[in-house]
Amino acid sequence: MYAYDEIDRTLVNERVSEFRDQVKRRLSGELTEDEFKILRLQNGVYLQLHAYMFRVAIPYGTLATNQLRALAHVARKYDRGYGHFTTRQNIQFNWIKLAELPDALEDLAKVGIHAMQTSGNNMRNVTSDQWAGVAPGEIEDPRIWSELIRQHTTLHPEFSFLPRKFKIAITASDHDRAAIKIHDIGLRLIKNEKGETGFEVLVGGGLGRTPFIAKTIKHFVHGRDILSYIEAILRVYNQYGRRDNIYKARIKILVHELGIEKFSREVEDEWRQIRNSSLEIDDEVIEDIRSRFTYPSYEKLPHMPDELRQAAADPDFEAWRKNSVAPHKVQGYSIVTISLKPTGGPPGDATAEQMDALADLADKYSFGEIRVGHEQNLALPHVAKRDLPALWKALDKLGLATPNVNLITDIIACPGLDYCSLANARSIPIAQELTRRFANHELANLIGRLHINISGCINACGHHHVGHIGILGVEKNGEEVYQITIGGRADENAALGTLIGPGVKFDEVADVVEDIVEAYLALRERPEELFMDTVKRLGVEPFKERVYATR
Amino acid sequence: MTSPLEQKKIKIAGPSVVTANRTWDGIVVYRTAAKGWSAELSEAAIVRNSDEARALLAESIADDVGAIGPYIAPVQIGEDGKILPGNLREQIRRTGVTIGQPAQV
Ligand code: HEM
Ligand code: SF4
Repeated sequence: MYAYDEIDRTLVNERVSEFRDQVKRRLSGELTEDEFKILRLQNGVYLQLHAYMFRVAIPYGTLATNQLRALAHVARKYDRGYGHFTTRQNIQFNWIKLAELPDALEDLAKVGIHAMQTSGNNMRNVTSDQWAGVAPGEIEDPRIWSELIRQHTTLHPEFSFLPRKFKIAITASDHDRAAIKIHDIGLRLIKNEKGETGFEVLVGGGLGRTPFIAKTIKHFVHGRDILSYIEAILRVYNQYGRRDNIYKARIKILVHELGIEKFSREVEDEWRQIRNSSLEIDDEVIEDIRSRFTYPSYEKLPHMPDELRQAAADPDFEAWRKNSVAPHKVQGYSIVTISLKPTGGPPGDATAEQMDALADLADKYSFGEIRVGHEQNLALPHVAKRDLPALWKALDKLGLATPNVNLITDIIACPGLDYCSLANARSIPIAQELTRRFANHELANLIGRLHINISGCINACGHHHVGHIGILGVEKNGEEVYQITIGGRADENAALGTLIGPGVKFDEVADVVEDIVEAYLALRERPEELFMDTVKRLGVEPFKERVYATR
Repeated sequence: MTSPLEQKKIKIAGPSVVTANRTWDGIVVYRTAAKGWSAELSEAAIVRNSDEARALLAESIADDVGAIGPYIAPVQIGEDGKILPGNLREQIRRTGVTIGQPAQV
């Protein structure tokens, strides 16, 4: 867990009173919507179809139980009893009243939660691996660096009025769970030959209308130089970024237009000038941040406790354990992923009751800590293996033990036309139908790892470009039509999917996915060949043939 | 969402209303003939040609304290005179999400 210091607490509280005043002036008509819009966007407040939406940051996906309870409280008191966890370690409330927002913000501020960096053309919430600090083989806890960047960029004038929003993600494991290659800046924590911490820096990733996979701009930037290097990138971006055209304003377009070589030369020039400035980070600063992250006092526990051995006889428990429970860096402990993808449910939603109950379980079984990942699931990062059977039973009662993590029904979907004012088509009902079609666990298990991503418009909040199967909703003659891509991926081998053919209607999407899956099952060479690998081996043609043969 | 300014150029193709979100709580509202806002589509002022539409929109935009983001939306008038949303987006805005909220699933 991370403990905020006095400066942060003051900042967060000041922010609440400032916003309270702004809302008051807006409601009295003293501020027009035009004047107010930028202010509300700096506090995470959007307008959706039915109401305002309030987006709250969960920096690097780490939550304490009192914070999760505060989110449950906001859901219950100011919203309709639930929240939606997003792909960028935020939570959204869909029905909040503007007049009550200052109270909600104040309630959250009491537990150190805020909505800064969740919207607007500024530096957004720096995201990280939801297994940070507990994943086996991790080089170092990436959240220390996420926090450093968060502190440096929060309300920093140079990062508050960028040409467009700006997103950074950090990972410190070989397997990238933070999707760094689709971020404006992706940082991969590594060590140099001397054993010093630094980063491989990637730049220019992003999805939306013009998707790009990030490119490596520098193979090693020393940890002490990371702020000046990021600042150099942002200066080049601030200087050349297209403020005149919202569709061309993201850094990915600039990197693409200048080319990575020229872009990196510009950054290098800029960096030379600021490198040895006050931006150089003292070890003390890092140590100070490090000391604010506390880790549990783990017990010495056996690798295979009796409780686990006994529970293994229960096939339902085993089904859950096999895909929800991951190895922990400490023997005798596990990382448990909590699926927010129940059959027939909207992906990523959790009710206030579930949040409260999960907070209790985290207190009991996970040293009071919860994590939020970009797949719109939660995790308990420190569960003793002997507690797994009891935890599973409790989760099951709450509807939080769907055994589908990383399977075909573990779908990422944006809010789409059910909520979002930019949407062309619905996303959530498509996800719901797919979870029903593939509800049979044996079938889902037979299919194996397969990620479906759904977006309701080209902005790609559901990351459809990098879904193994990607579904994009568009509008054609007043009707919802869906374009299907296959072969995308969001991990360390990130790739954009390929369109398989003409769009299909709302009612046909689930059938098409079934066809694709059947084709895969028939085409794979052996059961271990994952969908991704079959697509890689054979290309999209056989899938296309199968889908369009009868359509 | 199409901005009101762009809509000034737009000609309407059939009966339309002006809709927006109420400022203090964000709920969906419709401009009424009495120059106010109502949560009921049945109380919306119907415009039938582009001049009327532009005038209703201009008047709605001027009421910035009451509601935000006003725009012209198509409606259908049923045989019984009932006003119905003219497209899926407006239907969802009127009747709510089509997904069941998590508590209902
Ligand atoms: C009212 C709701 C929302 C609005 C208005 C909105 C708007 C947008 C827009 C305009 C973009 C494209 C930005 C660009 O290319 O410059 C975008 C991207 C994105 N949104 Fe949303 N969004 C909403 C909800 C969400 C939700 C619920 C999630 C998570 C589930 C999300 C996650 C993302 C992500 C990850 C991207 C990045 C894609 C990229 O790299 O360009 N957004 N959003
Ligand atoms: S992808 Fe489009 S429809 Fe989905 S949340 Fe983003 S802006 Fe809205």
